Amino acid sequence: MKIIVMMKQVASKDAILRISKDGTWIEEGDLSFEVNESDGYALEEALRVREKLGGEVLVCAMGPQRAKSVIKDALARGADRAIHIVGDNLTHLSPYAAASALAEAIRDEQPDLIMTGLQSDDYGYAQTGVIMAELLGMPHATIVIEVDASGDKLRVKRELESGWYQWYSMPTPALLTIQSGISQIRYATLKGIMAAKKKEIKEVVPPAEIVGRPSHQRLKRVYLPQKTKQTQLLGNGDAKAGAVALAERLHVEARVI
Amino acid sequence: MSNGILVFIEHRNGAVSKTSLEAIAAAQSLGSQLQQQVSAVILGVDPDAMAQGIAAYDLAKVVSASNAKLASYTPDGYTDAVEKVVRQLDPQLVVMSHTYLVRDFGPKLAARFEKSLISDCIRTQVAEGSVTFTRRIFLGKLDADVVSDGKAPVFVTFQSGAYRPDQAVKGSGAPIEKREVEVGEIRMSPEPPFQEVKQAVDLSKAEIIVAIGRGIKSKENIALAQKLADVLGGDIAASRPICDAEWLPIDRQIGSSGQTVAPKLYIALGISGAIQHLVGMKNAGTIVAINKDPEAPIFDIADYGVVGDLFEAVPVLTEEIKKIKGLS
Repeated sequence: MKIIVMMKQVASKDAILRISKDGTWIEEGDLSFEVNESDGYALEEALRVREKLGGEVLVCAMGPQRAKSVIKDALARGADRAIHIVGDNLTHLSPYAAASALAEAIRDEQPDLIMTGLQSDDYGYAQTGVIMAELLGMPHATIVIEVDASGDKLRVKRELESGWYQWYSMPTPALLTIQSGISQIRYATLKGIMAAKKKEIKEVVPPAEIVGRPSHQRLKRVYLPQKTKQTQLLGNGDAKAGAVALAERLHVEARVI
Repeated sequence: MSNGILVFIEHRNGAVSKTSLEAIAAAQSLGSQLQQQVSAVILGVDPDAMAQGIAAYDLAKVVSASNAKLASYTPDGYTDAVEKVVRQLDPQLVVMSHTYLVRDFGPKLAARFEKSLISDCIRTQVAEGSVTFTRRIFLGKLDADVVSDGKAPVFVTFQSGAYRPDQAVKGSGAPIEKREVEVGEIRMSPEPPFQEVKQAVDLSKAEIIVAIGRGIKSKENIALAQKLADVLGGDIAASRPICDAEWLPIDRQIGSSGQTVAPKLYIALGISGAIQHLVGMKNAGTIVAINKDPEAPIFDIADYGVVGDLFEAVPVLTEEIKKIKGLS
């Protein structure tokens, strides 16, 4: 089975975000980056399917050269080879344009399965995988938490709302978007890190007609959220003093204890 | 010339979902500001009875679109059906709720029109006939204003809670337009939905909840939060990463994929407040957040906040509450 995992590099969860001067994105210069959380789980699931059924796991990432760190990490964890769609100004692509570029980059590989995270931790559009499936003519399932690829048909467990679940079967090739927490992610071993150095990373350039097309949706402005509630901040940075004040307010003011 | 707004109605087990009323409220609000009529579409094998219910709202019409292949939800079936209705009605805007179901087929639907959804919006602003959509990015840390520059239709989904169901305006009875829709091959076959073994813990009735997130750092540290919960006579709960790591069982998880709670006191320890968590607890009476990151989104909805190290704050808070309760 040939599986391609789509992985995105995003700002680290702990990173302090500063809004860029033109107010339409964040300052990326000194930012720390990491792999999008659910994409990491997609890779883990792909590796597990390969361990059971054999085959090959490819990773595909799009972005500037810094995105290589996500690819190298995936190769160190056990992916076999990689495709890097290189470009510097791809951040503002709409999900449709991004999915188009990704679909074109992997179309000739003819995978049996494509796995992506369920959404990105930066834009959070939750669409790129599904649009890819449509462009590649594949069936898909989203928010997948269990994959059984051993049978004739692919059988996957989907998470619904409020603690409900549902199994779906579909023929391959298919695309799955994977939920975080589906399994425990393995670490890269030293051996894996050494082996990764010899693995192929193919660089491709996204088609100009895709990335050059004017976007149908445009990000106009980025800003700190307006507060919906007046929060009383207690302790002025002193956690212990804050705790003392908090107990008092909960008792006297909110009357909940 | 594209005209009007089409709102998609979702249902389960023969009942229209509450989020669909929120979608109607969103569509009506945009409709009155843009001076556009709002129509609704509902799908199913025979959705006429539910369409009757929807027709009570102030709508230009309700399209009751039927096909035997729409008996259970599949992305192939729903995409084909809604695509047909959108092409026929040619609306300017298609409004949906950002539910798990819409997340599954909505992007596929939009892709048929060579575009994506403006997904998970929290509010809109209309000026001179054009709409600016606001959505949360970076897991709730920032807001982004998005405009559509393309041709109609614009596909937009709204976050649960962006509008209230009771904001949907009733009307004098909208006409129902019954129609068979064409649906192509369905490639995926669904099995019946199910719940995992009955949840052992029902947090929906808890009066006091102490919830932990990534900031608790290790399984051993949970004892600290448990002590606080014990002193308060409350229950312990967690955000998703804690349950994913199996530090607490899944029936302690609060949020869109876990339980929805509304205790009178909710104390969030080391929880940043991603939207998936907030939707599960934002209706709590008094919300307390202790977090070292002053920009954590949890502070946006907290009544009381302590910016600082929870490992310093929680033991002191526990002792102080003991004193107040006369336990020490």
